[in-house]
Order: sequence, then C-alpha cells, then structure tokens
Amino acid sequence: MRVVVQEAPFDFGAEAEAFAVGRHDMGAIVTFTGVVRDFGKGGLDAMEIEHYPGMTQKALEAIADEARNRWFLGDVLVIHRYGRMEPGEKIMMVATAAPHRKDAFEAAEYLMDYLKSRAPFWKKEHAATGETSWVAAKDEDEDALTRW
Amino acid sequence: MDVLYFAWVRERIGLPKEKVTTDAETVADLVAELRAREDRYDLAFSDLSALRVAVDQELTDFDASIKGAREVAFFPPMTGG
Repeated sequence: MRVVVQEAPFDFGAEAEAFAVGRHDMGAIVTFTGVVRDFGKGGLDAMEIEHYPGMTQKALEAIADEARNRWFLGDVLVIHRYGRMEPGEKIMMVATAAPHRKDAFEAAEYLMDYLKSRAPFWKKEHAATGETSWVAAKDEDEDALTRW
Repeated sequence: MDVLYFAWVRERIGLPKEKVTTDAETVADLVAELRAREDRYDLAFSDLSALRVAVDQELTDFDASIKGAREVAFFPPMTGG
C-alpha cells in the first residue's frame, strides 16, 4: 500500500505501470484519475487545493486500510495533490489490484467516495474574471457513503 | 492548545492557527468561547451544520471532549477527490 500527498504533478503512466508489479496472483487492476475540470466553458483559471498537513496522510491511510479490510486486495495506491492546478491537470489517482475485477472496481469506488468527503482537502476555484469561490460539498457526495 | 482553521473558516477568522488557553470541556464549549470574542468568530461559527471539526487530527462532532487535546481544527465539509 502506498499513500502519497504532494504538491508536485505525478506521472500517471509510470505510476500505473509500476503498480502491483510482480503480483502474479492479481488478475485485475483498476485506476481512477481525477482531473481539474473547467465546467464554466473557459471560465476557470485554476483550482487551488488546501489541505490539513498532519491529518491528511493519516486520514488517507485509514481509508485505504478500511478498503483492504473490506475487499480482497493485493495492493492499493492513493496519490493526492494540493496547491494550485490548471484545468486538465491531474489532481489525484487511486489504483487497486485484486484477483478479480469486482473487488478492484468496488474498492476503487469506495476509496473515491471516502476521499471526497472524509479526507481533509478543500477546493477553491479561481475564475478567469478574478473571482474566487470555495467549492461546496454536495449532499450526493455525503449520501454516497451510505451505500458502503 | 492549538486551534486551526481551514478554507473559508480560515479566511473569515483571518488566521490559520492560534494558541488558545481554555477550560472548555467540549468542542461546543470552545466554540461558544470563541464566538463571544469578536464578530469575525461569531460569523464564522454562526451555522455549525456548515462546519466540521477534528480533535487531535481525528474527525469528530461538536459534543466531543477536548480535555487534554493538543489540537482542534475547524473547517467546512471536505471536497477532496
């Protein structure tokens, strides 16, 4: 299991390639990548992500540990960035390896649902107009946790 | 103890972190003390349903004890991923 919190960009291809290498008993690898999205049709200049140093790493590790308790996983990877990112930049990724795809898919979804609402990150949008606004948590993100 | 603020809570109160000496027994007691200080605190804590709290870097609720806590953090609901 590897959990990384960093400001710098990560190399998705290299991370995906190196993930679970040597685990010949893992038949399925699922990866998910979160990308800064400009849903304002060119209106987003940048996304700034604040986090809680000290708590972030521990919170992500606890979420990844829980995923390993619930599903049969050979490996788990979580990378989450903070700081300022432009539209199109990768914010984070998760990867799960399991003998069968159902465990890999479900665990990846679980990780994403918990990362969204239980890991101490906060997104702030910087519009091209110069205005800034904190992204509000959605009720549906909180509701998503109840299915687990 | 250290009291930390993140995201719009930090912006509204105007600082990321401060030392607070308190006899408050719970998070809610601490919030009441902070709100009584100045308008900017009162405003930041006016709707607790819009806030989350962590005591010693563990998410908890406003009824939680802060006896012996080293660090209490206030922030809006998280938006990771």
